[in-house]
This record gives sequence, C-alpha cells and structure tokens, in this order.
Amino acid sequence: MARSMTLTPDATPEPEMPKEHYLNASHGLKSWLLTTDHKRIGILYLVSVSVFFLLGGIYAGLIRLELVTPEGDLFQPDTYNRVFTMHAILMIFFFLVPSIPATLGNFLLPLMIGAKDVAFPKLNLASWYMYLIGATLTMVALFAGGVDTGWTFYTPFSTTYSNSYVTTVAIGIFVNGFSSIFTGVNFLVTIHRMRAPGMTWFRLPLFVWAHYATSLIMVLGTPVLAITLLLVGFERMFGLGFFDPALGGDPVLFQHLFWFYSHPAVYIMILPSMGVISEIISAFTRKPIFGYKLIAFSSLGIAVIGFLVWGHHLFVSSQSIYAGLIFSFLTMLVAVPSAIKVFNWSATLYRGSIAYTTPMFYALGFLGLFTIGGLTGLMLGTLGLDIHMHDTYFVVAHFHYIMVGGALMGYLGGMHFWWPKIFGRIVGGFWPHLSALLVFVGFNLTFFPQFVLGYLGMPRRYHVYPDEFQVLHVLSTAGATVLALGYAMPVFYFVWSLKYGKVAGDNPWGAVGLEWETTSPPPLHNFESMPVVDFDAYQYHQPKPHSQGKPATAPSAS
Amino acid sequence: MIRQLTEFMGREATVAHHFETAEQQKESSFLGMWLFLCQEVLFFGGIFAAYVNYRVMYPEAFIAGSQQLDVFIGAMNTLVLLCSSFTMVYAVWAAQTGFRSKRWHNGAHVAFGLVGTLVFGAAFLGVKVVEYSSKFEHHLVPNLGFIPPVSNIEHPEATEIFFSLYFGMTGLHALHMVVGMAIMLVMLPMAWKGKWNTTNHNFVEGFGLYWHFVDIVWIFIFPFIYLIGNSVGKLT
Repeated sequence: MARSMTLTPDATPEPEMPKEHYLNASHGLKSWLLTTDHKRIGILYLVSVSVFFLLGGIYAGLIRLELVTPEGDLFQPDTYNRVFTMHAILMIFFFLVPSIPATLGNFLLPLMIGAKDVAFPKLNLASWYMYLIGATLTMVALFAGGVDTGWTFYTPFSTTYSNSYVTTVAIGIFVNGFSSIFTGVNFLVTIHRMRAPGMTWFRLPLFVWAHYATSLIMVLGTPVLAITLLLVGFERMFGLGFFDPALGGDPVLFQHLFWFYSHPAVYIMILPSMGVISEIISAFTRKPIFGYKLIAFSSLGIAVIGFLVWGHHLFVSSQSIYAGLIFSFLTMLVAVPSAIKVFNWSATLYRGSIAYTTPMFYALGFLGLFTIGGLTGLMLGTLGLDIHMHDTYFVVAHFHYIMVGGALMGYLGGMHFWWPKIFGRIVGGFWPHLSALLVFVGFNLTFFPQFVLGYLGMPRRYHVYPDEFQVLHVLSTAGATVLALGYAMPVFYFVWSLKYGKVAGDNPWGAVGLEWETTSPPPLHNFESMPVVDFDAYQYHQPKPHSQGKPATAPSAS
Repeated sequence: MIRQLTEFMGREATVAHHFETAEQQKESSFLGMWLFLCQEVLFFGGIFAAYVNYRVMYPEAFIAGSQQLDVFIGAMNTLVLLCSSFTMVYAVWAAQTGFRSKRWHNGAHVAFGLVGTLVFGAAFLGVKVVEYSSKFEHHLVPNLGFIPPVSNIEHPEATEIFFSLYFGMTGLHALHMVVGMAIMLVMLPMAWKGKWNTTNHNFVEGFGLYWHFVDIVWIFIFPFIYLIGNSVGKLT
C-alpha cells in the first residue's frame, strides 16, 4: 500500500516547524492566563492536572510506604486516614475527572470536528479558573491538616464527628464541580453546533462520541454531587439537620445521593480514555475501526446505564434486598456496552498491520488492564459475592485497574499520540517505550497482589494488618516503586522534546482525521480555511472518495 | 443557498469570531442555556429527593411543620414571583420585536421589563426575610434554640428536619434569585443603551429562561412546603 506505514518521521523529507502557530501567536504571561484559545486552555489544564497528579502520587507513595510493615510505624491511625483521603480527593477530583477531557479533549475536540474553537471560549477559560479556585481551597485544607473521612464523606462521620477540614474541602470540590459542568456544557454545544460542513454525526471520530457521552454525565451528574456536598456543608456550618441521626436523619440517603454522581463519575474517567484507545488502535493497525456505530452507541449506553447502577455501592448499607437485586442486574447490563468496545477493538487488531509505537503499547496495555478491571467489577456487582469482598483490597484493586490501568493508560497513550500535534515535536524511541513497559509491569505488580489480599480478607483503609499479608503488601509497594519510575520518565522526555525533539510535521503517524490535516502545532484558528468533510472516520486502507474508480481495498495481512 | 442567505443576514449582527453565522451563535447560546438549566434541575433534584425521602419516613412531622407556615403569605409571594416572570417576558418581547412607544425608545422598554422584574424579585425576597425572622421568634430555626412545635405525634424531633429542608430549599431558591438580580443590575444600563435589539437579543432571552426556571422551582417548593398540612386538622 502506497500511503501506509510511514511511521518514522525520517522516511519523509525533513519537516519544518510552521512559522506561525498558536504557541507563538502572542507572548507573555497575560496572553496565557487570559487566553480564550481552546488549545492554550488545554495546556493550562495539562500543567495543572500534572501538578495534582504528582501530589496525589506522593500521597500514594506514603500509603505504600506505611504498608510495607504490618505495624503502623510511619503514621498514627488518624494521619493515615488523612493520607488516603487526600490521595483519593486529589487524584479523583483534581486529576482523573479533568485529565483527558480538559487537556486532550479541549485541545482536540474543535480540531476533530473542524471548528475554530469551542462554542463558549470564555466559559472554557472560566472553567480553568474554577478548577484553580477549587484546587486552592483543597490545598488550603490540606496544609491546615486535611480530611479524614475518605473521599466518600460518609455521614454521620463527616457531618457530626469528623474533626478535620471537611467543609473547606467540600466547598473546594463544589467549586471544582463548576469547572466540570462548564466543560461538559461547552463540549455538548460544540459537538452539536460547531461541526464543519459535511461532518455528520457518523463521521465523527469516536474520541468525539466518547466526549459527548462524558459531557452528558458531567452535566447531569456533577450537580447532584454539588447539592450533596452543600447539604453536608450546611449541616456542619449551620447545624441544619439533613443527615443527623439524632433527629431521625438518614445516612443511607447521603450514600444514595453521593453515589448517584460518584458512580457515573467513574465513567467520566474511563469514557474519554476509551475514545483515545479507539483513535490509537485504528491508527496503528491501519484499519477502519471495527463496528464504528456500535462503539459510538456503546459510549452513550455506558453513560445512560451508568446512571442506574449506583446502588451497587450500598449492598451492605441496609438497602432493600430487592433494590440490591435490581442494581446487581443493572450492573451486569453496563458490562455489555463495555464488552462491545473491547471486542470491537480486538476485532480491529485482527489481521491489522500493527505498528508497535509508544501510544500503541499504552493502548494494548489498556485493553488487558481494562478487561481485568471490568471482569472483577462484575464479580463485585454480584450481590452475594460482594458481601464477602465489600470494603476489602479486592475493591481497591478493581477500581485501580479501571481508573489507573484504564483511564490513566489512555491518558498517557493519548499524550504520546497527540504530543507531536500539540507541540510539533516527536516523542518516540527507547525511553517512551521503556516507560510504557515500566508502567504496565509496575502497575500489575502493584495491584494484582491486592486482589489476592482482598480475597483473603484484608480490609481497605487499615494501616496495620496481620503478618501473613506482608509478602503481598511488600510486592505491591515494590510495584508502586516501578510504577513511579514509569510515570516520572515521561515528565523528563516530554519536556526535553519541547526543545530537542525531532520536528514532527503535520502528520507524523500517517493517521487520518481532521486534526492531522492542519499544521503541527496548529495555527491560531486551527485551519487555514474552513474544512469540508466528504469522508468517513478511519479511512485507512481505502482510497479517498474523490479518487474514483478503485473499489475499497480489503485489509490484507502484511 | 439558505446557508449563504443566513450568512449574509448573520453578518448584520455581531458574530463572535469562532461562529460562522448569527444563527449558529444563537442556537449555541440557547442550547448552552438549556443544558445549564438541565444541570440546575439535577441540582435542585438532589434536595427534592431528600425531601421526598424524609416525608415518606416522617409524614406527621412534615404535616406539623408545614402547619407552622403562613399559607397566605406563601401564596401572595407566589403571585409576586409570577408577576416578575411576566415583566421578564415583557423585556424579552420588547427586545425581540423592537417595540418602541412615542415617548420611549426600544432599549427603555427592555429596561422597564427588567426593572419590573427587579422590583417584584425584591418584594419576594423582602417577604422572605419577614418570614425567616418570624421563624426565629417561634423557635423554628434548626440548631438555634429549635423547639419542636408539636409533641403528640410520632417523631416530633423530625420537624427539625422539615425546617432544615425549609431553609435549605427556600434558601437555595432565594440565592438563585439574588444571583439573577445581580445580573439584571448589570444588564440594566446595557439594555437602556440598546445593546439588545431585534437582530441580537440572545442574552436577554437566555437570561429570561433562567429567571423562569427559578420561578418554576418555586412553583414546586410552594405546595411541597406550604400546602401539605392544609387538608388535615391541626396537629399538636
């Protein structure tokens, strides 16, 4: 095939950086802090979420350090509570939720649909400031002493008994919620109203479909968390008795309200990552994605059914057994669209001409880890089995397979894939390959032993444990060390590439999609002229529609 | 053809750089506003869900709590709020149609609508302040010397939950009104100068949607809070 496999940039004549692009369109701190350019806002987010990933990572390190020995020799019990709570809050609300949508999504969405910007550029900037304000409040609470309730803020502990900075953090998360909602509204309107001529719904890249589904959850889920945390805050500040058992308040009500957002929030984290994987797998198998429409609709399916499964967090919380049965059934149901995606990605791989690039390593890693995470999720969603495994390390391992093995692998894969587009420089070769390998190996070493630990009965959120669990805990901590190394390396080679990386050219991967048809980095208004779309997504191995005559070539094993 | 036509017409109005046509800009701003209102529904939905949960658990306490409230004042306030929605419609209508009278230019009519809405909104909040202060007198404020107003029912202590919800729901509603009124104060001089006219009135119309939404929230709060104790005898 003529247009295939120019995967290394040096096969083409040496590309040059475009003279004018969004990075040098204006200069100075003000041009960044007051920018309404979706590409720059994406980078602002990239820097901020990276900082919070580092902070959350430090807390993770402290947890693993404490758990090396069965005794509690590093922390007092209360300190340990604060450490794992802050780890979760920073990672979930200030890294994972905004990670892909606010960075890659912000940068790529308008490019992929052929728009000049998102629908509400100022709102987009406001969302970043909301994020910053929320993050600052949380940091203030953190330095003052943190929170010890767990990221779930269960009442009545959080409302009545906890002697930590619950209110401050709750307000921080509340404000940060605006950032999520603004992003969601912006994306939905952008996808509905800003598509270039000819960019029909079924020509949209699956990355866009995934973000559409994510945005739905952001807009419809986040406000419920907001009101829930507000009620907790009101109760703590003014003594309004919403959940106070002394007045007949109902702690289970809190759990229902909390998980109504916080379960779909998991899909806010994983869906964008699935979008990234669709792009990467299609690009590096040189095949149109298998079952495009099914993948697109399964994103929506996950978003819709994801709203109906929250009760599986309440199997042991005195929820009615019949409600539990229904929630258990619905949980099985949400596995269907997820499985559809995995099967379709696997089918895309089949007889594809696979190129082992760094993004592809991450994508393949995602496939395996997400599958393990998903299947163990089914185990936990089974009503009877969950009674045994509830609140054990099995749960911890399961959601880390989804949120780290799934969401984070997609995030890193996407970063490697689109870095040449964002900054115009190639990242590839030995070090990125090594980091992908370290992340995969380190991740499994960290979290697989936790499945075993949990099954044997190690409860989560404990800092002391019986001696016989030590081997598995030490394995897990060793894995975390490898994992940390794998995460640290990209920081260095990404930054290094900004100056010394090979110039990428418009389309270093030979990928299809509107974002690859503009220069890297893109110009201020994304395209020289308004693109007109007359082709479907992922037309690898197929002649362009305007070159008449030849039938579409069937993908051949090469 | 239609596209070119709308593009031509669109250039008349102010179109932000990233939109192709005024039509696209208009559709975007309304879709954005409706999505924002969707999330508002879910936001209030949370506290309404709490209300339903507790009302099912403690029906008598909720009736007793509701009977402490003055239905007449609540009903009058509902009327005031509906009037504020009417004046809001007037402002939007004036901007859409470019209506002008002999004496006043179009922008003035938009501004009059907004002033009317501000006045009715302020009246509503004023009444609310009176109502709140009477709660202090009757020891009905949670956590501040609350005394259950009844004793011969199951769970009289749950009346405190009712009043927590009372303050939570009406308070959040009032907060939305305060935010809306602050925005209207900023809008007033712009409206007077004729910023919104027949070609571009997206902002007034979008804001109108917000104001009506806040109104509708009250339409639900009013029966839930004030009317549920009306059909049964006074609990003691």
